[in-house]
Amino acid sequence: MRPSGRGELDSLYFDYPHFDPPARPEVEPRAPVAVVGAGPVGMIAALTLAQHGVRSVLLDAKDTFNDGSRAICISRSSYHILDQLGIAAPFLEKSLGWTKGRSFYRGRQILEFDMPDSADEKFRPMYNLQQQYIESFLWKAVAASPLIETRWQSRVTGLEQVPEGAVLTVEDPNGSYALPARWVIAADGARSAMRGMCRLRLKGENYEGRYVIADVKMAHDYPTIRRALFDPACRPGGTVLIHRQPDNIWRIDYQLREDETNEEAMREENVRASVEGVLAEIGHDGGYDLEWWSVYSANTLLLDDYRQGHVFFAGDSAHIVPIFGVRGLNNGIADGHNIGWKLAAVLNRAAGESLLDSYTPERRGATLDVFANATKSTRFMTPPTHGWRVMRDAALSLALSRESAGHLANPRQMTPHTYADSPATTPDDPGFDAGPIPGAMIRDVALEDGFLSERLGKGLTLLAFGDPGLDVPPGLSVLRLPADGPVARAYGAVQGSAYLVRPDLHVAARWHGATAKKLAGALGRMAISEEETA
Amino acid sequence: MTQAELERVYEAMAVAIDDVGPDQGEVFLAKLALALAEDLGRTERVLEVIAECRSGLERRD
Repeated sequence: MRPSGRGELDSLYFDYPHFDPPARPEVEPRAPVAVVGAGPVGMIAALTLAQHGVRSVLLDAKDTFNDGSRAICISRSSYHILDQLGIAAPFLEKSLGWTKGRSFYRGRQILEFDMPDSADEKFRPMYNLQQQYIESFLWKAVAASPLIETRWQSRVTGLEQVPEGAVLTVEDPNGSYALPARWVIAADGARSAMRGMCRLRLKGENYEGRYVIADVKMAHDYPTIRRALFDPACRPGGTVLIHRQPDNIWRIDYQLREDETNEEAMREENVRASVEGVLAEIGHDGGYDLEWWSVYSANTLLLDDYRQGHVFFAGDSAHIVPIFGVRGLNNGIADGHNIGWKLAAVLNRAAGESLLDSYTPERRGATLDVFANATKSTRFMTPPTHGWRVMRDAALSLALSRESAGHLANPRQMTPHTYADSPATTPDDPGFDAGPIPGAMIRDVALEDGFLSERLGKGLTLLAFGDPGLDVPPGLSVLRLPADGPVARAYGAVQGSAYLVRPDLHVAARWHGATAKKLAGALGRMAISEEETA
Repeated sequence: MTQAELERVYEAMAVAIDDVGPDQGEVFLAKLALALAEDLGRTERVLEVIAECRSGLERRD
């Protein structure tokens, strides 16, 4: 919601564009991929397909970007995906990188935590950037791509699975039409219509704790450090979170008491009174402008299978995660990229269709991992029962005198999921004593001129240490690295070792002593074989 | 620990529970248990004692 007198898109700092309905062809040729939903997840998927030369039609029911204020935290792993797509620059320029969080209990600091970071990392662990900017930077790249045809004001109202793909019924202001596609990516958000058309339901748990999320504009002097206030004077017994965003926008989340109804909490005067209480608590005595607010409660919900026939679900259409792990958008970006490069490999005949079988176990596994961490965070932020509350309060109180107890308040923010159990991942070679294990995301390493991550190819890359002396099939980039350099040390590699790295920077396989046969075996697990590439 | 020493602990706890007041006694005891558990440094033993202390306090409803 916005303050009275301001329209839904009437932002203090962002101009929402207006997109006209599309001019469409007389006859619809079958699209290799139809992407439903032009939010961040759908746009990442379309951009990933385009990077591998695959055409897509991108559909969205709206005539502008998502309104209000949504995701604000983009993780390092998402920046690596943006960098792989060659579009990280505007994000880096606008966003605020951060590494630190501070927790306070009754006004006293009980914890300061640092997220893992080092000079070997190209990107910081986290960046704050409003979702409107995320969408507008992605849109710039989408609009510039000759392989992506975007259709705004185009609502999907029907879905028919056919042997050779799917046929979507699409409605725009000029009428209704059938859009045939080989594959469909459903990135149409938490209230996904595609999910309903596939007769699928999200399953999981709803949590009791409710928060108001408010964005305010103010000149407030505090570094980009996430602050969590437990039991503050302005909200006795509750929790408050404060994040800095670009353009002097601050995100304030405050927990509602059980006796505060959503309806009461959403009223502008109540939001203002609560925000002013928080501002007094953090010593801000200048003015502020209210940008936007809404009510939120934590859920852990997901689909049993992210695939239904020729339709793949990505982002919020497949899973709803609590905000406390900052994994909603980041998880969705990884979904879109994961299904994007896999569908491209299949459509380009570089891989067999069984590669697609790894999508659900990898990305659903990532969501379950988020749930495990976020459930702990959520229990700490909003204890669900008396027992959890007593222990949480005990830990906070103990943290005043013991640092160890303060770490119980650590929000355990995201680390990328390891696809160790994926059918596409080759079991580890026990010869290594360092380096990312198969399934894990690579560790970046600073080189004399730039970073390891910048040297990888757009598709699969073989990191070859020394000279393994093996024939590499076409379509695979090879990055030769010295057997005694900084990467070899970080990766536990010796002369003849190799790592096979996927387009999403996850390790598919590694060998202390690589051979052509071992490499062929690893490619086979991804349904990539000599016959497929030929 | 001698009987007399245990008695000193017993008395200090009774005094502390009264001092923090009835609305904070539970949090105080949880905090104390957490701190003692960390000082003891033996996770399995702590979990055994948690199980031991539950017995005799089964729900009556």
